[in-house]
Amino acid sequence: MKRNNVWVASLIAPVMIAMLLLLAGSPSVRATDHSSAAVAAVKIDNFVFGPQTLTVPVGTTVTWTNSDDIPHTSVSTEGVFKSKVLDTDEKFSYTFTKAGTYPYYCAIHPKMTGTVVVQ
Amino acid sequence: MPGKKQDLIDQNLQDLNNDGVDRRGFLKCMAWAGTGLVWTMSGGIPVSRAFAKDSKKDAGKGADFSFVQISDSHIGFNKPANPDVTATLQTAINKINGMSHTPDFIIHTGDLSQLSKPSEFDTLDQVLKGASAKQIYFVPGEHDMLSDNGEQYLQRYGKGTKGTGWSSFDHKGVHFVGLVNVANLKAGGMGSLGHEQLEWLEDDLKGRSASTPIVLYAHIPLWTIYPDWGWGTDDSEQALSYVKRFGSVTVLNGHIHQIMQKVEGKVSFHTAMSTAFPQPAPGTAPSAGPMKVPAEQLQQVLGITDVNYVVSGGSLAIVDSPLGASGSTGNGSGA
Repeated sequence: MKRNNVWVASLIAPVMIAMLLLLAGSPSVRATDHSSAAVAAVKIDNFVFGPQTLTVPVGTTVTWTNSDDIPHTSVSTEGVFKSKVLDTDEKFSYTFTKAGTYPYYCAIHPKMTGTVVVQ
Repeated sequence: MPGKKQDLIDQNLQDLNNDGVDRRGFLKCMAWAGTGLVWTMSGGIPVSRAFAKDSKKDAGKGADFSFVQISDSHIGFNKPANPDVTATLQTAINKINGMSHTPDFIIHTGDLSQLSKPSEFDTLDQVLKGASAKQIYFVPGEHDMLSDNGEQYLQRYGKGTKGTGWSSFDHKGVHFVGLVNVANLKAGGMGSLGHEQLEWLEDDLKGRSASTPIVLYAHIPLWTIYPDWGWGTDDSEQALSYVKRFGSVTVLNGHIHQIMQKVEGKVSFHTAMSTAFPQPAPGTAPSAGPMKVPAEQLQQVLGITDVNYVVSGGSLAIVDSPLGASGSTGNGSGA
């Protein structure tokens, strides 16, 4: 019987460790706006990208929504992404598959700037 | 907020008090009143007289020629600030057609359309067809560059222009230069002319007699009005250095949807009202976007600019008039 106990124990331990690791790694443990669905939002209003700096995990799809009464665009300064012109209520989404810092701006009103930080 | 607006106007007027002539009172009146004000420069000293909108005795009389500046028609815009920008553009054209003198031409200082859509440009063309002046010169605004870096705009209005749409022409001894400062805008920056255009400008002005009156027109103001809102042009100083030697320089801009003026030596800067919707004075609102005013006031904050070239003065008289009757008699209502 001792042998069985030891055998069971040695099985359970790695399983428990594995589960703990899984839990630690799951999106729901990180601080994002949504649970495990890796999405985030930027609201454009009053000539401002809100939040101006958005920090998200790798694999997140960020959606910009223009709530302003003037058209805007979302254009990466490094050429990584570029939206079409967004009129009021129009959206643009981009999925960030690589970690890094992504500065962007509105090509129509270049004083409007923002950053997406992907970790 | 009238108080803040007044402070800003006063600030802009500071330059003008340096040569001993008190224009403060006159220009204050011009900014507030519904009536137009004739502002003539004679040998560098401005002389002004009140000018009733509906008077037969107008600034055109005795002038060598006149032209009209309109700006920011934003055809396609349909939000509460003005649900029918086509109608107000038509009112502006009707106003031009109703003037006692036919302008030699019209200059549109950009933001013809709201989204650079072909249908928007088509509508604009339809309305402009009815103008008394058949020759119209254009420069694009940032709203006209939205499809393939202004391809649609250039196809329609770029004939005879270079690069992103710049050009120059002479008219009865006055040299006009249309500049484009809404292309290739850099993140965090304001308007931009760019190297190629600046080189072209320097070359274009070379060899011209300093007594040639110069008129520069571009969409975004070529002087810094309010950087936070992008109201200025990053590399305009270089452009202005090329016109420094000329005896009379007038800079006509749009973009800010309100009248602002400044005189710096021999250079007069002027921005026009929009024919579509007004925008707030710098810093008086969270952003530069369309400003809603009571419906009955809309026609007072939209307008056209009539510019008269007076031979003897060798300079230009600029008269702004709103689209609608204001009912005020000269001192303004301080709205």
